[in-house]
Amino acid sequence: MAGDVHGMVEKRGAGLWMTHVVMIFGVLVVFFPIWLAFVASTVTQPEIVSPPMPVWPGDQFWENYSKALFSGVNVPVMTMLLNSLIMAVGIAVGKIIISLLSAFAIVYFRFPGRNVFFWMIFLTLMLPVEVRIVPTFEVVAGFGMLNSYSGLIFPLIASATATFLFRQFFLTIPDELAEAARVDGARPMRFFIDVVVPMSRTNVAALFVILFIYGWNQYLWPLLITTDPEMNTIVMGIKQMFPSGDDVADWPVIMATSILAMIPPVIIVVSMQRLFIRGLVDSEK
Amino acid sequence: MEKRVTFRGWMLPLLLIAPQVLISLVFFFYPAGQAVWQSLFIPDPFGLSSKFVGLGNFEFLLGDKYYRASFVTTAIFSILVTACAMIPALFLAVTADRLIKGSGVYRTMLIWPYAVAPAVAGVLWLFMFNTHVGLISWYLGQFGYDWNHVLNGGEAMGLVVVASAWGRISYNFLFFLAALQAVPRSVIEAAAIDGARFWRRFFTIVLPLLSPVTFFLLVVNVVYAFFETFGVIHTITAGGPQQSTTILVYKVFSDGFVGQDLGSSSAQSVILLVVVGLLTVVQFKYIEKRVHY
Repeated sequence: MAGDVHGMVEKRGAGLWMTHVVMIFGVLVVFFPIWLAFVASTVTQPEIVSPPMPVWPGDQFWENYSKALFSGVNVPVMTMLLNSLIMAVGIAVGKIIISLLSAFAIVYFRFPGRNVFFWMIFLTLMLPVEVRIVPTFEVVAGFGMLNSYSGLIFPLIASATATFLFRQFFLTIPDELAEAARVDGARPMRFFIDVVVPMSRTNVAALFVILFIYGWNQYLWPLLITTDPEMNTIVMGIKQMFPSGDDVADWPVIMATSILAMIPPVIIVVSMQRLFIRGLVDSEK
Repeated sequence: MEKRVTFRGWMLPLLLIAPQVLISLVFFFYPAGQAVWQSLFIPDPFGLSSKFVGLGNFEFLLGDKYYRASFVTTAIFSILVTACAMIPALFLAVTADRLIKGSGVYRTMLIWPYAVAPAVAGVLWLFMFNTHVGLISWYLGQFGYDWNHVLNGGEAMGLVVVASAWGRISYNFLFFLAALQAVPRSVIEAAAIDGARFWRRFFTIVLPLLSPVTFFLLVVNVVYAFFETFGVIHTITAGGPQQSTTILVYKVFSDGFVGQDLGSSSAQSVILLVVVGLLTVVQFKYIEKRVHY
């Protein structure tokens, strides 16, 4: 009987095949832009500029990718990849560290100004960097941080999402643990390092995935503050590879760069799928 | 909610919270304050001095037909992006949910575009619809349709909408699928035994149960369309043709950095700030009331 009921709810037989066909069609449609970019990165420029371009990969894979990686258009893509990596890791690690510390302070201490600080941090949730670009740019320029990694990283770690996530999590840590630590005469930082941080491992990992992608995919901010091509990140650098006049864009190299730009975040998302979904659901709550 | 057990002392917590507070002050509160302050002035063309104009910049903006047009553009753009990102995602999630096995494989495949940066998504879609080399624009041409998003504002809007919505389909799919899998099987099965067919079950049981996640995604997608699509627009259309894809965030950038009109750009920042504030309030009101995942 139970089997029959399942048959009514989940699809079997012909219906099951139809369901798979619909899903495969959906996946193909969603995937097509990436596929076409990959194909374009493996063929020659003449094959692209005389449409229609092929839809199966050609044999120029190594030529195009090595050209992109080692010479690029304005600057080798290798350099841009490195810049993106430093920026993304810097944002993820920086944000996680300052958030762990401040969430610990807010949850485990009563100190003067605690509520004021709490609301200050809370307010930063509301304002994306896109909205305050001109004055933030002026601050960073004033500090002489244009074309620097600190200029790329610091303005983007001024947001409170991670702090909130850790605060919520710390509140669920049983009071007995802190009690025991106090009775044993453990100092707060001992407790933080021996108990709180290890318990937050999964949250830290999930946040790292989310923040890495956030940092890697930044566009407007690096566009404004990296005027030196040597400091370009890969996501903003692609647009810079298009010629400004009527010159024809070097499509194979540009598309190879696009593929290179999406590989690190895609690998992280796909390989850490569970953590990623968890991080997503938690950080949006 | 508060902890009962806390540690004593106030130097240590102040030290612990200092890095975040400092960064927030320097890179958040000070620039936000500057935006408000600058919005009250008009700098002279050489940037040597500026004249206090009170709410003049705001008055000018609200009377400016380009700014009002940008509001309308933003509204159309966000509605279209949200619809194009949510409807296919819901459809795919409902379909995947009917599979006993294999939905994980499809999920892995569909997750990809989320990782692709909006600016890179812009380049991919620009490539497909490029007027000279694009594969899709070429096929459209074969069918007698002359695609040219460089000149046609409607086509430009369509292209930035699709390119912006594309990555969000993954995101919405994940949330819808998680919500669907949380719907109790027993409820669905009971309805099935009572003879309710799929679509009837879907509209009377599943969709109402999905309403919290749907509302949540609605807000999140609108916020995304407002603030995170800059990369798509900058790579594909740069706001054109004739400002037909200049959304509010793009205008802050183009007036502030390209046009060097700091007063107006700051006033626009302040208006956007109010918009973000309202959206956040809506989001939190909702989260306080009901969180079901």
